Amino acid sequence: MQMIEPRAMGTPLQRIDGAAKIMGTAPYAFEHRLERPTYLHPVQSTIARGRILKIDTRAAESLEGVIAVITHETAARLASDENKELWVLQSAKVHFRGQFIAAVIAQTPESARAGADRIAVEYEAARHDVSFSGGRKDLYAPKTVNAGYPTDTNQGDAETAFERAEVKVDSTYTTPMEHNSPMEPHTTIAIWESPKLTLYDSTQSVHSVRTTVAKSLGLKVDQVRVVSPYVGGGFGSKGEPHAHNILAALAALRVPGRPVKFALTRQQMFCLAGYRTPTIQRFRLGATRDGRLTSIIHDVVELTSRFKEFAEQTAVPTRLMYASPNRRTRHRLAALDLPKPSWMRAPGETPGMFAGEVAMDELAVACGLDPVELRVRNEPERNPESDNPWGNRHLLECLREGARRFAWSERDPRPRQRSDRGWLIGSGVASSTYPRYVLLGSRATIRCGERGQYTVRIGAADLGTGTWTTLTQIAADALQCPVEAVHLEIGDTEQPNATVAGGSSGISSWGWAIVAAAQELRRLHGARPAAGAEASAQTPKGADDETFAQHSFGAQFAEVRVNTLTGEVRLSRMLGVFSAGRIINPRLARSQLIGGMTMGLSMALHEESVVDERFGHVINHDFAGYHIAANADVTDMDAVWLDEVDDRSTPMGSRGIGEIGIVGAAAAIANAVYHATGTRIRNLPITPDKLVT
Amino acid sequence: MTPFAYERATDASSAVARVAAHPNAVFLGGGTNLVDHMKLGIAHPQLLVDVTRLPFSKIESLPDGGIRVGAGVRNSDLAADRTVRERYPVLSQALLGGASGQLRNLATTAGNLLQRTRCAYFQDVTVPCNKRTPGSGCSAIDGHNRDHAILGASDQCVAVHPSDMAVALAALDATVVVLGRQGERRISAVDFHRLPGDAAQRDSMLEHGELIVAVELPALPVAAHSVYYKVRDRASYAFALVSVAAALEVRSGRVHDVRIAFGGVAHKPWRARRAEAALRGAPATEEVYGRAADAELADAKVLKHNAFKIPLARNTLRMVLRQLAQGGR
Repeated sequence: MQMIEPRAMGTPLQRIDGAAKIMGTAPYAFEHRLERPTYLHPVQSTIARGRILKIDTRAAESLEGVIAVITHETAARLASDENKELWVLQSAKVHFRGQFIAAVIAQTPESARAGADRIAVEYEAARHDVSFSGGRKDLYAPKTVNAGYPTDTNQGDAETAFERAEVKVDSTYTTPMEHNSPMEPHTTIAIWESPKLTLYDSTQSVHSVRTTVAKSLGLKVDQVRVVSPYVGGGFGSKGEPHAHNILAALAALRVPGRPVKFALTRQQMFCLAGYRTPTIQRFRLGATRDGRLTSIIHDVVELTSRFKEFAEQTAVPTRLMYASPNRRTRHRLAALDLPKPSWMRAPGETPGMFAGEVAMDELAVACGLDPVELRVRNEPERNPESDNPWGNRHLLECLREGARRFAWSERDPRPRQRSDRGWLIGSGVASSTYPRYVLLGSRATIRCGERGQYTVRIGAADLGTGTWTTLTQIAADALQCPVEAVHLEIGDTEQPNATVAGGSSGISSWGWAIVAAAQELRRLHGARPAAGAEASAQTPKGADDETFAQHSFGAQFAEVRVNTLTGEVRLSRMLGVFSAGRIINPRLARSQLIGGMTMGLSMALHEESVVDERFGHVINHDFAGYHIAANADVTDMDAVWLDEVDDRSTPMGSRGIGEIGIVGAAAAIANAVYHATGTRIRNLPITPDKLVT
Repeated sequence: MTPFAYERATDASSAVARVAAHPNAVFLGGGTNLVDHMKLGIAHPQLLVDVTRLPFSKIESLPDGGIRVGAGVRNSDLAADRTVRERYPVLSQALLGGASGQLRNLATTAGNLLQRTRCAYFQDVTVPCNKRTPGSGCSAIDGHNRDHAILGASDQCVAVHPSDMAVALAALDATVVVLGRQGERRISAVDFHRLPGDAAQRDSMLEHGELIVAVELPALPVAAHSVYYKVRDRASYAFALVSVAAALEVRSGRVHDVRIAFGGVAHKPWRARRAEAALRGAPATEEVYGRAADAELADAKVLKHNAFKIPLARNTLRMVLRQLAQGGR
């Protein structure tokens, strides 16, 4: 691989779009100014399973301002039911509570909402089942789990080795249902100008929205354009189109030529935009008395919607974290009458590493070992699953650097030893990991302009993370020009194909396509290409992809204070040390990593979607009920990284950093709570009711 | 959302007359709760009478040494008021414990008192709720009731009152001054809110058309030594799991004067008179604090998910009394 020379890369360039965002001139999906807009408000099912017998839309249609109502009886027919989540208004069937069953198109948002309130629905309700438990008789093994990983793995004889182990940990951990909850809601403006459909969308991938929506509607791909220059967060929930995209498109077909504006309410986002499955994880660790693992067994139960399967890869990190001659991992699913779970920041690693890293802490206590030392003793020389050599595994360096900075050696290992004015103080550590993904399929085009300027085009996404800035830095170094000479264009299907901003793969995949296009430009046009010269290239396949195990690693250290009387937990200090290859932009990277750690804090202490089994939906579906860490919860938090260039990963030397920050964060905090109090909480979130006595 | 008419009131008595005459009219203050309810379909007023321009935005001293807080005083302003901070710190702390900076800038004193429960079932119009739709049933009693009442609930409603400010006012023996068509009447803050009984739809003793014009605080020396402690799931911007408003004066090791109210435990701010009685004149010791808490919580009834509120209320009261007795906040 030909590495590019870092000049702009590695510098803390300020956000190129920062000024526009502060001034409010960077348009988010709903804010695109379009002539004669209409507004959409949906009607949602109030049963969790069954069918619609009758929908009376007359009262809505007669309301002032209402233009049209669409239902499963009147909406245009879709072309493909391959993705059942997108089979919107096509049948009387109800698969979950909150499903779209009709929508009102009106001149104002208020009249659309008022119209939706006036639609009367008669159902034939069937008995629904949303009860999630590990004791269900109908748990099943999916064919594979998310990202194509095997459902089960088995090395050696893990059960026997566990039974014979000198030291054992056998604990069950649970993580609740969690919702991504980006600040900007899922939003689409759809305009049908036959034969073209344009969507202004809030998405992590304009191109996948385009191909999916085209297929769903039976249009050719080039009949659909998707525009998404700025996105206010997604965390995976905008990684694929959801039902709202289709509903907006169906509405647009009904009012040709007029834009249909549709933003989900916060409540609607709790049933229509994906979520992280709850998990029940039994973790068994067998070890010698001196803390060498002899067996690792990780059994996961999680849920999927009955109408479409999604199987989170929760046990996948367990397959590579630590050395053990015997290992078994297993995923089982409960299929329930709920909306479809989907990706949420580090799906798999996030809940899986909570369980695994708390189990390691329990083992450290059982062996009387320092938890950092326990991890050192179980460092695998090669990937335990594939037996491939590591591409760049620096977990121990992260742990040691973190321990040094956090003054870990001063820690008294005994729990419940430190307190300050009624608050117990404790600290905890956990490892992080996330795979290095480069997705194939992105293409970049570079065109030379006058006076050494370049236009770089790729249909990539900026979720608020800094893509506008980091891709500009990469392009400048690839073209060996100043950043000011690069004019970047992203966020529109008019630009060449780009893969999703997901799996921490965005900058790696898109950046590599840009580097390849720059190299192609020089190959075709020499070192000083004339104005008008153009070249295009795709992300190539990495030479080491099959032969090396390529992952990012990290270490998280947390200190908490726990009120002895009220059980309140407050994070007082947190440090993450990460190994993620070259950091393209330290300013933005720090923000990304701290954002991930904050989301991990939020997972540890706050977030929980509560499903009421009688009704079948999330009952705490707003930000008064669903708590996310707020400013006052985030105190002294820092993220640093190893100075590193990964020459197997990408020509930039980087790996992705979107997800690693959340992985292990909740475990570090839970371990700190144990150290503070002597009480082991295995069920997230750790709220006062679980600690007060 | 139902279409509605909007009028801006120019004087209090005509505002009262206007709302009283119209069964579907309501007063509009800061709107931080009412407007949400209109969007969610919880409230369907046909007429909003905006009272924010009425001359109720002052905090004045009363001849007896107390203060009179205009109904329209914004929560931020009341919390920042020097007199309030010095003489009634519990009130300032309670206000700052509530909502967010943005909401406090908009929310009014009267509106804070009249905000409605955040019971998730009350806020979701697709499920039964006696408070929202009388006679439809209570979804919380057998549902997710971690946040719900342990004191004074009925088989009709187990919701809790969400206000922090009102808890402090109940502890401080405040008075709510109300203007109706027959003129003014005064209701003690402790009696202003009601228990659900068999009329869960009624949060307070206010009659339709009555307008809160002020809240009066008595000159209460013990209040200068007071504190509000709010236990919540995150460090800011969350409703109380349990809160305690308390004022305490200890003389020669004995409780000379005390005021206590709990939040987050009942359909109304819960004035803890039994605890006060157990404390008054007794030695200021941990044991007495515990006994006082036990006396107050003796009749507590728990639901499936809120049993933790009993030890939490007990512990929080002990912690607050200890702090006050030690002279710190």
